[in-house]
Parts: sequence; C-alpha cells; structure tokens
Amino acid sequence: MDILATGQELIANLGLGFSTAALPINLGFCFVGVLLGTLIGVLPGIGPTATIAMLLPITFNFEPATSLIMLAGIYYGAQYGGSTTAILINLPGESSSAVTAIDGYQMAKQGRAGPALATAALGSFFAGSVATVLIALFAPPLTEVALKFGPAEYFSLMMLGLVASVALASGSVLKALAMVVLGLLLGLVGSDVNTGAQRFTMGFLELADGLNFVAVAVGVFGIAEILRNLENETDREVMVKKVTNLWPSKEDFKAMVAPVLRGTALGSVLGILPGGGAVLSSFAAYTVEKRISKTPERFGKGAIEGVAAPESANNAGAQTSFIPMLTLGIPANPVMALMIGAMIIQGIQPGPNVASEKPELFWGLIASMWVGNLMLVLLNLPLIGLWVRLLTVPYTMLFPAILAFCAIGVYSVNSNAFDLFAVAAFGLLGYVLVKLECEPAPLLLGFVLGPMLEENLRRAMTISRGDPSVFVTRPLSATLLVLAVLVLVVTFLPSVRAKRDEVFQEDA
Amino acid sequence: MMQVNTRDAAAGGIFIAIAAAFALGTMDLTIGTALRMGPGYFPLLLAGVLGLLGVIILLKSFGRPSVEIGTVPWRGAALILISPIVFGLTIRWLGLAPSVALVVAISAFASRRSTVKLAVALTLALTLFCVIVFQRWLGLPIPVFNGPFAPLNPYFDMAYAPFGAAFSAIGSALAGVVAALRGLFGA
Repeated sequence: MDILATGQELIANLGLGFSTAALPINLGFCFVGVLLGTLIGVLPGIGPTATIAMLLPITFNFEPATSLIMLAGIYYGAQYGGSTTAILINLPGESSSAVTAIDGYQMAKQGRAGPALATAALGSFFAGSVATVLIALFAPPLTEVALKFGPAEYFSLMMLGLVASVALASGSVLKALAMVVLGLLLGLVGSDVNTGAQRFTMGFLELADGLNFVAVAVGVFGIAEILRNLENETDREVMVKKVTNLWPSKEDFKAMVAPVLRGTALGSVLGILPGGGAVLSSFAAYTVEKRISKTPERFGKGAIEGVAAPESANNAGAQTSFIPMLTLGIPANPVMALMIGAMIIQGIQPGPNVASEKPELFWGLIASMWVGNLMLVLLNLPLIGLWVRLLTVPYTMLFPAILAFCAIGVYSVNSNAFDLFAVAAFGLLGYVLVKLECEPAPLLLGFVLGPMLEENLRRAMTISRGDPSVFVTRPLSATLLVLAVLVLVVTFLPSVRAKRDEVFQEDA
Repeated sequence: MMQVNTRDAAAGGIFIAIAAAFALGTMDLTIGTALRMGPGYFPLLLAGVLGLLGVIILLKSFGRPSVEIGTVPWRGAALILISPIVFGLTIRWLGLAPSVALVVAISAFASRRSTVKLAVALTLALTLFCVIVFQRWLGLPIPVFNGPFAPLNPYFDMAYAPFGAAFSAIGSALAGVVAALRGLFGA
C-alpha cells in the first residue's frame, strides 16, 4: 500500500518534471548546455568547472529552472565529450575520462573505435537513466530527513563534507586541509550576518557583500588553468582514421552488460559521497573490473570492459552528486558548489525546502537530466567527426576567447570593476598554489560552505547555551562527526595513503 | 647541507602569512564567547588552524628532497593577469567593444606561438562575436561604444540592422516550427 502510494507520487512528480523539462525554452537550453558541455569536454584545457563559472552570469537572465537545466547539461555533457577524445586520440578531455583512454585508445588502434565510442555512449546513457530514477527515488525521503536537521546536524554534516573533499583530493592531505580552511576564511569576508560588522574588507565597499563567488571560481579555476597550459604549449597532432562500423558486435554487447551494471552501481554510490563525483567513480570502476576479471591481462590492450565500466560510472556519479546538493544544499564537488552559487544568485535558498517550495524546478531539473542524456546519445555519435575537427583548433586561439568570456561574465554579475581585479588576484593565487601542489577544489568548497558553517555553529552554540557538547550528544550529529573523524584518520593511515597516491598517480 | 623541499616550505610559508593576515584582521572585531560568538570568533579560530597547518607543512618540508618547480611562463602570466584588470578599468569608460578588443589583443600575445596577424584576426573576430552574442542577444546592459568612442554607436547600429532583422526572422521561424510541433503532438 505504502509502496503503491510512493509509486504514484513518484510518477506524479516525474510527470511534473517532464512537463517542465519539455517546455521549449528548457528543451532548447538543455540542448545548448549539452552541446556546450560536449564541446568543452572535447577540448583539453578547459574543464567543466571553469566553463560553468564563466557561463554562470549569462544564465541569470533566465528562469531559475532553465538556468540550472543548462548548467547541469554542461556538466554531464562534458563527461561525454571527454570520453570521445580519450578514445580517439588518447587525450582525455576531462580527468574523469582518463581511465577510458587506457583501453579505449587501444580499441581505436585496433580499428574498433566505433564500438568503443558506442559502448561509452550507450553505457553512459544507461547509467544516466538509472541515476535519474535513483535521484527521483531517494531525493524526497532524504529531504524529509534533512528537514529534521538542526544547526548542530548541519554543522556536523558540513564538516563531514569538507573532510571528505580533503580525503579525495590528490596530493598532500595537510595541504588539502589548509586549502579548505583558507576557503572557509575567504568565504567569511564581508559583512557579518549577525552584527553587520565589516570583516576583512580593508575598507573596500565592494567587499561588503563578500567576495564575488564567480570571480573567485573563474580566477582559481579558469585563469590558473590557462596559465598552466601556457607552461608547455605543444602542437596537437590529430590523426584520426575514419570511424567505420559504429555498432558493437553481439559478443561486445555480451561482454559489456555486466561492467555497465557494476559501473552504474558503483558510480551511483560514489557520486553521493561528499567530495565524490565523476572522477573517483571512473577510477574505482576501472580498478574493480580489472580485479574481478578472469583475464586481467587484457586490460590496457583494448578490453571493452575497461571502457564500459568507467564510462557508466562517471556518468552515474556525475548525476547522483546532485542528490546532496538538491536535498541538503551541500555541494559534493566544485561543480555542485557552482550550482549552489547559481541558486543563491537566483534568490533560491538551497536545501531541503527546494523540493516542496519549487517542485517544478526540482523535478524539472531531474527530468531534464534524462532528456539531456538522450540528446547526448543522439547528438554525439553522428557528430564525432565534428568534435575531432574541433581538436585541431590551436590553444593559442582558444584562450583569448576564454578570457574575454570570463571578463564579460564576471563583470555582468555586479557591473563591478572590482570583481575583475579579484579575478586577477585569485588567478595569481590559484596558479601559485597549484604550482605548490595545492588542490583548488577543497578551497572552493570551503568558500561556499564558510558562511553556512559559521551560521550553524553560532546557532547551535546559542541554542545549547554555549555548551559545545551539543555536537556529540545529539545522535545524528555525533554519527556524522564520528564519520568525519574516521575519514580523516583513515586518510592519514600509511597504507591508505600509499593506495591513494597510486590511484592519483594514474591520473597524471 | 640539509635538504629542504622548497615547494612545501613555500606552501607552508604562504599559509602562515595568510593566517597571520586574517588574524590581524580580527583585531578590531569583537571576539565574544562560545555562547555569544562575535564576528571575530570563527575567523580567529580558523586563522589559528590555518597557521598551525602552515607550521606543520613548513616543518615537514625540512629534510625532504627538493623538487623542480617547473617552468613559469612569466611573460604569458603577466599578460593574462593584466587583461582582466584592463577590462575592469575600461569597460565603463570605453564600452564593451573596445574593452573586449583590449582583453583579446593583450592576452593573444601571452602565447609564444602568437603572431601579430593572428592577434589582429582574433581581436576582430572575437570582439564582433562577443558584442553580438552578449550585448545584442543576451541583452547585456553595456553600451557597445562609450566615452570617446560613443559617436561610433549609430554606425554599429546601422551595420547590425540587417543582421538583426535576419536573426529575429530565423528566431520567429524556429518558434513557429516549435509551436507547430507542439500542436501536432498535442503537448
């Protein structure tokens, strides 16, 4: 009975979602989003984070649902595009498709580029569909739980999220921790919500509302990325044989069913984790396939499982990482942090209330993901030739365009010249820190969570009359904190650290 | 001589310096108590943690082998970092087209592979593209030309008029097709 009611509700919700997603304007911008995403995924040197950061201001003129649908399209479109170049020319456009390049490129060299691309597309589509249903199923109950959260629980949950982002960053744990704290501090710049006191504004009126989120993101991700690419400019020799016979054989289909299922399952779970998402999912899926395979020696020599599993996993992970963002208002990765930024600028307070107050936005976004995935399958396979040709555009011509878009984008947020100086400053800081092997992702998460963390800490302490034990006496809060401590301890364990280094070594 | 991992030492040093700056910034803020936290409480706490992490990172860098920092594209970095600043300084004064042109022209020379010919072509193409997309289509409220360039605006409007008409014709045709499709499928 209960299940029946839930089922009916689910169908009603998805119905609302699809009717929102099917609005011409939403369909149109979903298409623009996945197209742009694929484009960006194909081009190495611009990631989805930087792209979303620079396109964010353009979407402010749209309805909130339309803008989020387009931004989401960019994100999962980039996963598709990244795998295309990984397979065809051994050049992963995104870090999440780095493992796909291992076996995908070998398949291409053996003249099986077509089946490899089709496997990636079909696996991704299947994973995307499953993940869409999972979000629809799990988001509402999670929202219910989240509504019971007090300030103490929110604080502990954010701590867990921040710690997880540290654990999953590559390189030194200590530096990642420092980056989180630095991000938190930068997030506090501006007027104090409770007292109106100006904090760290150095007398700049422009800083009263805090540092511009878009300026920080564009600086730390966009500008720093350009500078890194300028370090060694190399020609991209693109030599691609014509892709013939796209369709995988019967044996291929048989071989890819199980990896696709496993990849989808693994990716869905890892995507929900704070700090998780597409990159971790694809690495984990590849490792699992290699380990359980009866013929592990085939991996690295063109095994179709090595394409099917990570491609399914990264798409599933990219999508389920929306769950914590949509239900709790807490970002699992930098892209989700940007989505939260977009919601706040649109005047929507991210969190459990979004589903009840803006059902058409909530369900429309979820439904649009499935629509977008369908578009990607239909779009990508016929357009492979075009994507490959795009790769021949030299970087020399690319980055002035990126810079121009960034500058216009940042300026249009507040019509404020100060924000552009901030871009330059954060570009410099970002580049220096990357040079010193400090990951920028934890910094951005900290920046978004800083004000929320402080607000909840203050509220929790006021409610408990200044007794800090409130964080450990409330069971849910205590559980979350214990988890956070466990994650941190495990990350510092020598054996785990060695393993972690190994995983991220493959990334390089 | 003792080895120092310069990369870690520098990172530690930077974190310590930033922590100190933030701690200094809390000097004129009320710290408050755990019960009634002032605006300075949480930042001071965080600055303390950041400083501590910085010290640990710095101390751990001693006795570790040094590593290469790698090449730094000095000229490129300078040009790339200057271009958003130039944009910020000129956008209000000169208008969208000259500012975008400046950004593209300056940044184009950041690459060692750039040539004057390429830079000029890029500047022209991208400026036109940005003005049409951002100002005409997306309605960015910045004049195409401003200040000393303001007299150029009517010429741009005149040159754009036929294209604008064509674009809006295509747009309404597309809208018609969508409406027809919706009618067909009864959506």
